[in-house]
Amino acid sequence: MSAEDRILKMLLPTPFHDRVAAVCETNEWSNWKGYTTPESYTDVELEYFAIRSGTGVFDLSPMVKYRITGPDAEAYLNRLVTRDVSKIKVGRVGYTVWCDEQGQVMDDGTIFHLAENDYRLCSYTHVMDWMSWSALGFDVSIVDETTEVAALSVQGPTSCSCLQAMGLAGLEALKPFGIMDFTFEGVPLMVSRTGFTGDLGYEVWVEPALAVTLWDKLFAAGKPYVIRPVGGAAYELARIEAGFLQAGSDFVPAEETVRIGRSRSPFELGLGWLVDLNKPVFNGRRALLEEKKKGSRYNTVMLDIEGNKPADHAFVYVGNKQVGNVTSAAWCPTSKSNFAIANVDAAYGKPGTELVAEIYYERELHWTRIMAKCVVVEGSPFNPPRRRQTPAPAF
Amino acid sequence: MTDYDVVVVGGGHNGLVCSAYLAKSGRKVLVLEANDVPGGAASTREFSPGYSVSGCANWLYQLNPDVVKDLGLRLDYAARDLSTIGLSPDGKHLTISGNVVTSDHLSAKDKAAFAPFQAKMVKFARLLNTAFKRRPPKLVENNIHDRMTLLKLGIDMKLLGKEDMQELLRLALINMYDVMQETFDDELLQSVLALEGVMGSHMGPRSPNTVFGYIYRRLGEVYGFHGPAQVKGGMGVVGTALASAATASGVEVRTGARVASINLKADSAQGVTLADGTTLTATTVVSNADPKTTFEKLVGFRNIEAGTTRRVSNIRMKGDAAKLHLALDALPDFTGLSGDQLGQRLVIAPSMKYLENAFNHVKYGEFSQAPTMEISIPTVNDADLAPSGKHILSATIQFAPYELKAGWDDNKKVFEQICIDVLASYAPDIRSLITASELLTPADLEAQYNMVGGHWHHGEISLDQIMMMRPFPGATQYATPVDNLYLCGAGAHPGGGVMGLAGRNAAREIIQRGKKA
Ligand SMILES: Cc1cc2nc3c(=O)[nH]c(=O)nc-3n(C[C@H](O)[C@H](O)[C@H](O)COP(=O)(O)OP(=O)(O)OC[C@H]3O[C@@H](n4cnc5c(N)ncnc54)[C@H](O)[C@@H]3O)c2cc1C
Repeated sequence: MSAEDRILKMLLPTPFHDRVAAVCETNEWSNWKGYTTPESYTDVELEYFAIRSGTGVFDLSPMVKYRITGPDAEAYLNRLVTRDVSKIKVGRVGYTVWCDEQGQVMDDGTIFHLAENDYRLCSYTHVMDWMSWSALGFDVSIVDETTEVAALSVQGPTSCSCLQAMGLAGLEALKPFGIMDFTFEGVPLMVSRTGFTGDLGYEVWVEPALAVTLWDKLFAAGKPYVIRPVGGAAYELARIEAGFLQAGSDFVPAEETVRIGRSRSPFELGLGWLVDLNKPVFNGRRALLEEKKKGSRYNTVMLDIEGNKPADHAFVYVGNKQVGNVTSAAWCPTSKSNFAIANVDAAYGKPGTELVAEIYYERELHWTRIMAKCVVVEGSPFNPPRRRQTPAPAF
Repeated sequence: MTDYDVVVVGGGHNGLVCSAYLAKSGRKVLVLEANDVPGGAASTREFSPGYSVSGCANWLYQLNPDVVKDLGLRLDYAARDLSTIGLSPDGKHLTISGNVVTSDHLSAKDKAAFAPFQAKMVKFARLLNTAFKRRPPKLVENNIHDRMTLLKLGIDMKLLGKEDMQELLRLALINMYDVMQETFDDELLQSVLALEGVMGSHMGPRSPNTVFGYIYRRLGEVYGFHGPAQVKGGMGVVGTALASAATASGVEVRTGARVASINLKADSAQGVTLADGTTLTATTVVSNADPKTTFEKLVGFRNIEAGTTRRVSNIRMKGDAAKLHLALDALPDFTGLSGDQLGQRLVIAPSMKYLENAFNHVKYGEFSQAPTMEISIPTVNDADLAPSGKHILSATIQFAPYELKAGWDDNKKVFEQICIDVLASYAPDIRSLITASELLTPADLEAQYNMVGGHWHHGEISLDQIMMMRPFPGATQYATPVDNLYLCGAGAHPGGGVMGLAGRNAAREIIQRGKKA
């Protein structure tokens, strides 16, 4: 797309847009951080089941991507994010969060260690200003390469087979959170074994000029493996079932909050395992140490809820006392569970705690309220072995 | 066990004041000063063999009397309560002595307006003093001491009366240009006063905050100075006298000892490493260096969180004041001035338009084509500073940018010549008397006195950088986002000038916190 187009269009097309639009039968679109992306293509359930029993392909291109290079790249990232970046070796990917100086989560994302002193950081929000301020004192270069990299998320039990059939020989050996480089149509193509579905899956990264070719070849090769494009709604269902937090849904990125107290710390999001307080310095460390001393305000919990009515936005109670609310909820078709992610007061986070969700649902303008029992569970209901198996199972 | 209870980085006057108070509280204190003499910007330097001058600050007019008393400081003055003489090229000067302005050319109205105007400004300065003697309150925490400070400030403001209070709030936000226009008719008088509002800052007479700058300087009147004083032996004597007072209180003062880094363990200061590699441990580290030097160079931006690095790098602290030092064969002949008048504070600022024009250049990285000057001929009051019969002229010059677009290396001589030409239009014989000269640009002041930007106050004095915003939010009350690291210099509350309050307040805060622990 020309620079002029970029200015004139209020929402940008992704590098796959021509192909996406051609198969988007529902014509249902949404705005993902400035890009036009499909909510669905044909039918959300069909798309969801493609992810769970075949392969679902999701256009990931709008994901914000920063390239961080230079002699201080590792030191810089280590000061930026909460986890120990030195443990992410070359060819590996790490999930992380980063905080403001109040120790509140600004965003979560993934760090790709591409080569020595060469990283890619993928995030939900645009954070160039924060990244630049954070670079004071470090010899690094930070480039927003969101528009320079096209990406597809290829997820599901047959995903490895699809990609192998497209010519990515040896992909089955790639471990979870690993990176492999290929040559595709004469240009570099990178595959990481990552995704947001809790299933076997890959993310495929290529320059935008090759996007359409990649789409065509992938769908041609995947035909025998039940491949289909999936939109935002199906992808969202899969990520809830996998128990992943979504910025903007399960927490408000700290910089986007207006009201005091609406942001959350990593501990409060159940992401304490990503915080390495042994690092001498990182943004938010002082505040997080303080929180460790004083205690957190909230807990993020996973709830197994009685019945089959999704607990969207439900208030959560203990007795008559409201102790929190649901941030993401779904009836999860594969695990056949009524599952939710909720934000509750710190006292109510322990697995096994019994709570009540106040669920409203509507049938033909008739609203019903149910007080559904729920229990705090330790992990998500969907966690198949193939997610971790290497070599990846073939079909 | 640490080597010292407290290591103070920098032996400027505030560092020395702070160290003396801390030693008196029973602490083992070491002061490390990079330069070979103590005093920092309160310095005397020999700029030419036999010619010694106050290298940075010329005049003493704000030294806090509590500090003098507490530390038993004895200073010999070569002159006190000096007048300010606003020069005019044709000799139609005006003289300000205390609350009186005299001139053959001033209207009765202007003369009558002066005393009430000064009195009002001093009244506001008194109010400021309430806040300056204490640590600044914090914005968020509900601390009893801070509430008392705010309460006291509130009561004092109330005591001002409704009219004065409204006037203060109005003035605090407008500029010297407007205030001068509404108060006086005479251009020279307007400009001489307006210059006081902009000295040491990156502001012209029409800039906001300049009335605050003027009131800030009126603290001198609150502290018993009715006009500037000249310290015998130059400003450096304040430094050496404070160093002696500190030593007498048990402080160890090391000069020629440049600190290379403030060492941290995680986010807590543990001591320092000197440029020569020596490492010393301390329970508390206090920095008299400016906040940028402290956090960027000594602590290191990589070792603190980004929120802090951002605030530190945003502090506005590029100086616009330069110093010109001339060695003279004889006393120059200023048109219309008698010999004894040459020992007063002489000001070249003929009109506010001149002043504003002089300022305009620095906005674009240029030096003034017709700069303003505050001149001292110290040898009139203190003959020992130069060989017998010889004289010195020391001028604080505005405006010269810290970063000259065209580069200082090639242009220093050009600017020096411009300054001498301006002087010559008031003292035509001056060129023939000059035997040696030195121009210190803000960049030179930075290098000589180890203060980033060469800034008078280690950071602009403006409403967004004072009180609980000084030096930056999160580092008020002298403590910083690094545990056990405190600031005690001009960059901290209340600000610069040879005053001693930043050093004293910081010491008090450290002592107070120590009691709690
Ligand atoms: C041109 C000019 C004219 C001025 N005129 C006047 C005036 O007439 N009257 C007045 O009252 N004020 C005047 N001032 C302001 C006044 O000089 C300063 O505000 C004041 O001296 C600051 O004192 P301080 O102790 O806070 O800092 P400083 O005097 O700057 O002391 C800081 C000390 O720390 C030392 N230091 C820095 N880094 C290190 C390191 N790494 N290791 C060891 N030591 C280090 C420095 O060498 C210095 O000695 C003027 C300022 C300027 C620039």
